[in-house]
Amino acid sequence: MKGKVEIIKPGLFTTIQDKGRFGFSKYGIPKSGPMDEVAFDFANSLLGNQENCACIEWTLQAPILKFNEPTLICLTGSLVDAFLNGEKVEMYRQVKIVKNDILTINFCKNKLYGYVGIENGFQSDVVLKSRSFYPAVTPKSTLKKGDILPYLTSRNTNDQFSSLVKSSHKNITNHIEVYQGIEFDLLSNSQKEYLLETEFTISSKRNRMAIQLKEELSNTLPSIITAPVLPGTVQLTPSGKLIVLMRDCQTTGGYPRVLQLSSSAINQIAQKRTNQKVKFRLIDL
Amino acid sequence: MELELQYKRYSENSILIEWPPKIEQDILQNLLFCKKSIEKYYGKVIVEIISSYSSLLICYHNIIEDFYSEVLVLKKLCGSLGVTEIVKKRLWEIPVCYSTTLAADLSDFSNQKSLSIDKVISLHTAPLYTVFFLGFLPGFFYLGGLDEKLSLPRKKTPVLQVEKGSVAIGENQTGVYPIHSPGGWHVIGRSPIEFFNPNSSEPCFVIAGDHVKFISIEEYEYNDIKERVENNIYQLKPTFL
Repeated sequence: MKGKVEIIKPGLFTTIQDKGRFGFSKYGIPKSGPMDEVAFDFANSLLGNQENCACIEWTLQAPILKFNEPTLICLTGSLVDAFLNGEKVEMYRQVKIVKNDILTINFCKNKLYGYVGIENGFQSDVVLKSRSFYPAVTPKSTLKKGDILPYLTSRNTNDQFSSLVKSSHKNITNHIEVYQGIEFDLLSNSQKEYLLETEFTISSKRNRMAIQLKEELSNTLPSIITAPVLPGTVQLTPSGKLIVLMRDCQTTGGYPRVLQLSSSAINQIAQKRTNQKVKFRLIDL
Repeated sequence: MELELQYKRYSENSILIEWPPKIEQDILQNLLFCKKSIEKYYGKVIVEIISSYSSLLICYHNIIEDFYSEVLVLKKLCGSLGVTEIVKKRLWEIPVCYSTTLAADLSDFSNQKSLSIDKVISLHTAPLYTVFFLGFLPGFFYLGGLDEKLSLPRKKTPVLQVEKGSVAIGENQTGVYPIHSPGGWHVIGRSPIEFFNPNSSEPCFVIAGDHVKFISIEEYEYNDIKERVENNIYQLKPTFL
């Protein structure tokens, strides 16, 4: 039997994400997937879901959701005060839902992205083997008021003690682990030094595709012949701007790739707010 | 021909193979051959291979434990040169209407290049272009073969919306915008064809290694084809070279 979630209020830049699209880069289609993969994985594992189950991803402000059938959900990511029919519920554990329950979540307290996982995942449309929203690929690029998301109703109606994890909500370090990028060695020694010694500021030019940093690196490097890029690739533009590519980034780019974030660093920088500082820490691959 | 390949670690789970950084047919053929060999050898262990003009990015499902032994495998797979397959090349003849009503920059482009519009059309429709790879946008193919007489630096400020189907030139490259998008290339024509369909298991009919030729059509033909495309009764078929 199928349940339905109604989006009473959409929140900000709210999308559906699973692990993303594999095997479609030959068509120029980005991978997508959750901005904070660790928080996303927590939601699914706490629910006993398969790793690719689709969750709702929200940015700063979570949506208000109404459920019409029993199920289990789990909230992870940025720290929030969440309420089920006005009663406080905990993050990072299973939350039992009954018919007509309404979930409201206050504006987030520390990071940027949060996740609502549901037993067996949200059953929204699959396009090119993934439910992850991406403009021009999926019909929608964000969830809107009144949208309906189907889910499979709970297989388990017994009361059950949910698994519990201690999750650290304290603000993560501002050190971002990076490897040398493919074009790193084209930089001069002073450029390298600047890149690794400077505290960079997250600018407001940021979305699921990329995060632009405020401080500039004086740049004389020419563009490169268009070449592959990945989430976590740091590009240096002709004007000296540094751009950290994120989950929805294009598959190829023409700017020098000076650094590559480690896979855990991508999740960390994703959760940094505008005006927060980061410092790159070079590690060996 | 011996091509010097370089193998570089890109991230925890990816390796970049670089050919000399040039836009050349020989490099493309060798690169596509290597891509096929690697895909065949690894099957589903590899998540995907991203290809571009002169490099392949091999993204593995798991973290690479031993980079050097992995590179040895890749070297072996890419080392058997000369075994290029004899496959017939597909040619797509793409109808394009080069009219000032459908192409916002056509007059401006012809003025800047001091070429008549007819000359622009004949120079743009003459070459047999090669598709090097798809990137930038879903369904956007990078073509090699533009006549250098048509080369023009990108606009200083990109426009916010380039119409879907726009045929455009940026520097020494030409291509078609498969979806509405911001863009900095000069739009000189528009094609009525759909280049990207996310609801198909093969969302793009043009792939790396194919050839493309642009065919100039009149506006009434553009409208006619567009209507047939919208009603799903128009299908572009390739010829084999």
